[in-house]
Amino acid sequence: MITATNLSKRYGAKRIFDKVEVRLEAGGFLLVTGPNGSGKTTLLRMLAGLDAPTKGTVELPERGMIGYLGHEPLVYRELTPLENLHLFGRLYRVPERGERIGMLLERFGLWEVRSDRVSTFSRGMRQRLGLCRVLLHDPQLVVLDEPFNALDQAGSELLDATLDELHGKSAVVVATHDPERVERLATQRLAFA
Amino acid sequence: MRQRISNIPLPALAGATAVLFALSISLIFFYAPTDPNQGLSQRIFYFHVPIALTAYAAFGWGAWKALRHLWKRTEGSDLESYVAIHQGVIFGSLTLLTGSIWARISWGVWWVWSDDQLVLFLVLFLFYCAYFMLRFSVEPGPSRANMSAVYALFGVVLIPISFLAIRISKSFIHPQVFTSNGPQMTHSQFLTFCVSWLAMLFLLATLYQTELAGKRLDTQLKELRELLA
Amino acid sequence: MTPNGSSGWPPRGSLSHERPFVRFPGWAPVEKPAVSYFSDVGALVRKDLLLEIRAKETVPAMLIFVVAALTIFHFAVPTGDVPVAASQKVALGLLWTAIVFTSLLGLTRAFVPEREQGLMDALVLAPSDRSAIWLGKAISVFAFLAVTEALALPAFAFFFYGVGWNVVAAIVLADIGISAVGTLLGAMAVAGRARELLLPLLFLPLAIPIIVGGVGASIASGPKYLEFLGLYDGVFVLLSWAAFEYVVSET
Repeated sequence: MITATNLSKRYGAKRIFDKVEVRLEAGGFLLVTGPNGSGKTTLLRMLAGLDAPTKGTVELPERGMIGYLGHEPLVYRELTPLENLHLFGRLYRVPERGERIGMLLERFGLWEVRSDRVSTFSRGMRQRLGLCRVLLHDPQLVVLDEPFNALDQAGSELLDATLDELHGKSAVVVATHDPERVERLATQRLAFA
Repeated sequence: MRQRISNIPLPALAGATAVLFALSISLIFFYAPTDPNQGLSQRIFYFHVPIALTAYAAFGWGAWKALRHLWKRTEGSDLESYVAIHQGVIFGSLTLLTGSIWARISWGVWWVWSDDQLVLFLVLFLFYCAYFMLRFSVEPGPSRANMSAVYALFGVVLIPISFLAIRISKSFIHPQVFTSNGPQMTHSQFLTFCVSWLAMLFLLATLYQTELAGKRLDTQLKELRELLA
Repeated sequence: MTPNGSSGWPPRGSLSHERPFVRFPGWAPVEKPAVSYFSDVGALVRKDLLLEIRAKETVPAMLIFVVAALTIFHFAVPTGDVPVAASQKVALGLLWTAIVFTSLLGLTRAFVPEREQGLMDALVLAPSDRSAIWLGKAISVFAFLAVTEALALPAFAFFFYGVGWNVVAAIVLADIGISAVGTLLGAMAVAGRARELLLPLLFLPLAIPIIVGGVGASIASGPKYLEFLGLYDGVFVLLSWAAFEYVVSET
């Protein structure tokens, strides 16, 4: 699913990381750990196809088969969850859009607020909507950057269940500075210093 | 992977340029006929127009390299495009300078709006200065290379469009009744012009290769430093 | 599409009963490319218009700016003792100046939601053609310009002189060019550091032919200037449409 060799990233003279290798199969689970500012986000963006490495190559699945959640949940604030998901559902070619959106919103506890503007949501609710967006098109590769950060207890449990479901089916990359939560699922680990 | 610093041996190129310049200058001052109206000062035409044409050549080359970068993803095309456009701006500034001098000598003013080419260069100068602003405000990387290439292509398309615009603008911007080109060139004038133009092109090639070589050396030095660090 | 229907789906209760929402990867729906392209564009235009209707930030700012600019021009141009024909021409030149700078204001704000919330990442990862992002955004910018000018022209008539249909035609054609080029450059400027400064620098040289065509069409009769604007539009719309892909890709 992902084959990344000899990845290195620099910004000017600052070296972010060097000689990173990643080989992830479908169903694999890569856990990336490290303190803030160690380069996890940069690597994850690379593995999602959003940034190019300074050196090295990355082979990824086709565009449209990747789901990415960054530090921001990547949803439009002035739109409602329904509008957001219909837009992304359209762009990501999701079949039976309406049904799938309903299912995801229900699953993540956002069905009641489906027609409220996202700007009225708490950070945790926005994050949950972001997860809906990521899973909407059933991606082969799921890349989550610190997904537990903004979530409350209920949200975290939902995410745990989600990751359990994804385990063994899609390829998953999760970056977190709190690895105990997902330790059991990890098939590979990468630690940043 | 070590890249050759220069594809053409630089000393030979510089030498050829020097020879051509010597030839061109002697032709300009001793061979070309003296203009009956403007006398000695008309000879600046043999510098001004070739410099202008060479600037177009530089922008065109830069756009070609930009296209190569976007289309074929050729390694190093971005740098070549940048250097070409840089040289183009240098020659463009010289065009504006020599054009201004010529206007002063010929008509007593430092600028003539009726000279389409001169006005075009003003617009292009603004455009390509913005090119450098773009390059300096984005981190080096594929993104910057792509954007610079796109902008370079916009530039080359802008050249004919602006020229047309300037032409048609003259009917409502009050034109001064000056013409920039005299009668058709005689044989000796044409010969001098061609030699001068060739000399300018060689100068462009020399400066281009020199700057390119310098930048490539720079890059290799950086890579070596990183390896050692 | 309500999941609260009596069919009992999705079932509530413990997670093990829930239908897994991770389906086996590999399905790829097949759509006619042209249909799906314009559906994408439509969805994006709808998104931008909705955002503006709700946030109400860009168009009001443009409206206020254009009226303020015209007011300043009214005081800045001493046309008291100049014959009417001449001052009409000067006034039209000022109108076009106001249009170009108001457009800049709108263009600077065009990619704000995508930039501030990082949404370009989500849009760019979609399998849809990236030029659809450009087209959607350019159409909505055109709409904002049209709304602004619909108010600017009466304001101009109030401050200076009324305008004829040739001016309106020129404005429509100019707006196409401004939207096309400005949207592409707006996406470039977003990536850089000095964003608000960079966009005017990139845009204004390219706007010079638009000004020439616009002012010429407003002053002179005959189709020459409108044809020129049409040429500008044709060339730059094509170029922007084709080049947008490269502006937003990181590789």
